Amino acid sequence: MRNIVTAWLDLHYLDDLARQASFFHRLHPAGKLVITLAFAVTAASFDKYEIAGLLPLFFYPLAVMALGRLPSSRLLQRLLLVSPVVLLVGLFNPLLDRTPHDVAGLFTIAGGWLSFLSLTLKLTLTTTAALLLIATTKLPAIGAALRQLGLPRALVVQLLLLHRYLFVLLEEVGRIAQACELRSAPGKGLPYGAWGSLLGQLLLRTVSRAERIYQAMRCRGFDGEIRLLMLRPMQARDYWHLLAWCGFFLLCRFVNLPHAFGHFLLEVL
Amino acid sequence: MSHHTIDLTNVHYHYPDGTPALTGLSLHIGHGEAVAIVGANGSGKTTLLSHLAGLLFASAGEVNIGGYPVAPKTLSHIRRTIGLVFQNPDDQLFMPTVYEDVAFGPLNLGLPPASVEERVSAALQTVDALALKDRPPYRLSGGQKRAVAIATVLAMEPAILVMDEPTAALDPFARRQLINLLKTFSHTKIIATHDLDLVLDLCERTVILKDGRVLADGRTRDLFRNKPLLAEARLEQPFSMQACPVCSQA
Repeated sequence: MRNIVTAWLDLHYLDDLARQASFFHRLHPAGKLVITLAFAVTAASFDKYEIAGLLPLFFYPLAVMALGRLPSSRLLQRLLLVSPVVLLVGLFNPLLDRTPHDVAGLFTIAGGWLSFLSLTLKLTLTTTAALLLIATTKLPAIGAALRQLGLPRALVVQLLLLHRYLFVLLEEVGRIAQACELRSAPGKGLPYGAWGSLLGQLLLRTVSRAERIYQAMRCRGFDGEIRLLMLRPMQARDYWHLLAWCGFFLLCRFVNLPHAFGHFLLEVL
Repeated sequence: MSHHTIDLTNVHYHYPDGTPALTGLSLHIGHGEAVAIVGANGSGKTTLLSHLAGLLFASAGEVNIGGYPVAPKTLSHIRRTIGLVFQNPDDQLFMPTVYEDVAFGPLNLGLPPASVEERVSAALQTVDALALKDRPPYRLSGGQKRAVAIATVLAMEPAILVMDEPTAALDPFARRQLINLLKTFSHTKIIATHDLDLVLDLCERTVILKDGRVLADGRTRDLFRNKPLLAEARLEQPFSMQACPVCSQA
């Protein structure tokens, strides 16, 4: 239960990170959003057995962490949270795909292991990119960028409200968890019989809290659209940044950089 | 500021579970008045305020704000006129930063960005919270949250300010700051509260509710001197009107 409260605090932590004023934070949200999407598409488009070709893509998250002055350890912790999902997705690959593959002429390995590793790398890269986007851009700014890029209003409002109510839900969970902890025997969890009513309570309390927030929004003229402060127009540096990263992703996609680097070294030596 | 009066005529309201909340409440509030709504828990104070802001609609009877009946069709007008400050500021602050939260209302009014900025700065300045504009609301103290919640309403430039328990959960210093701030407002003020000392400081007129209807309506000091009336409404005299227990024993 305590973990849930910690997760809530961590959501605030990501919000705090997004409020910094580094070079990367100041870039236009639409540009960062397109870069993240281009990165995810590039990573996902690699062959299912590709591993070496994916490695240069790690330069992007490393560069963003450096440019955005983001603490890598805290972000890696977040990444570890989703790692079970990543492992589950590719868990059966080694069992189902036993096609033999030659690795650099040194040894042979089942294709399933390669695809499992490749999938893990791809999911790590895309998840990190999404995490970095949230850690460098406030969610309302992402919402405004999505509207600028033509996403329907209803979807953007859903996204922003989901973000808001996630905090509400976790705050309520935190309160209930604390109340439970104070009244349970030390070292013992909550009895199974109590879980049903506890979840029911959580639902009712969250709904009632959400209703009050909705009323506060209606009192201030909310009519189904969240009007966000206008984003500044894209500037030259935003375009250059966008072009540079997209160029880098295309280079990674169509030129096997580790391979090319290996050849270059062999020729020089 | 336009001249807005508030008229409630024989208003009844039942909650969906059948609980009666207002049972024939009638009230008239004139322009520029500062009126306190007091009463025991469950006497109908919050329900009354919800009717003024159009969050609830009367099951029977009529609620009029400035001559407009409170009804779904008139809501946009009503909500420009009435600024409701919620009991819990956490319910009222839902945007990631104080600035965005205060700007939420003016943006919904369709104002151009320059006017929005002007209104936000003016509202935050009024409540002395301009320095907090880039802070996330969840990082503010109780008093700061309350001040920002008031700023979110002031930015809409309402003619009538309606507040539900404005001093709840405030420390004495923050409470005094809030009282001093509210004294500077020329709006029509309607304050539902259990803090009767605040009422003495701010409101010339008091309406006492009991079981969803008006038990008494009159000059604050007159009503607060009437101990049997206060007891009937499950209230007691404000501390500043009670004889000092230490001195009286001496």
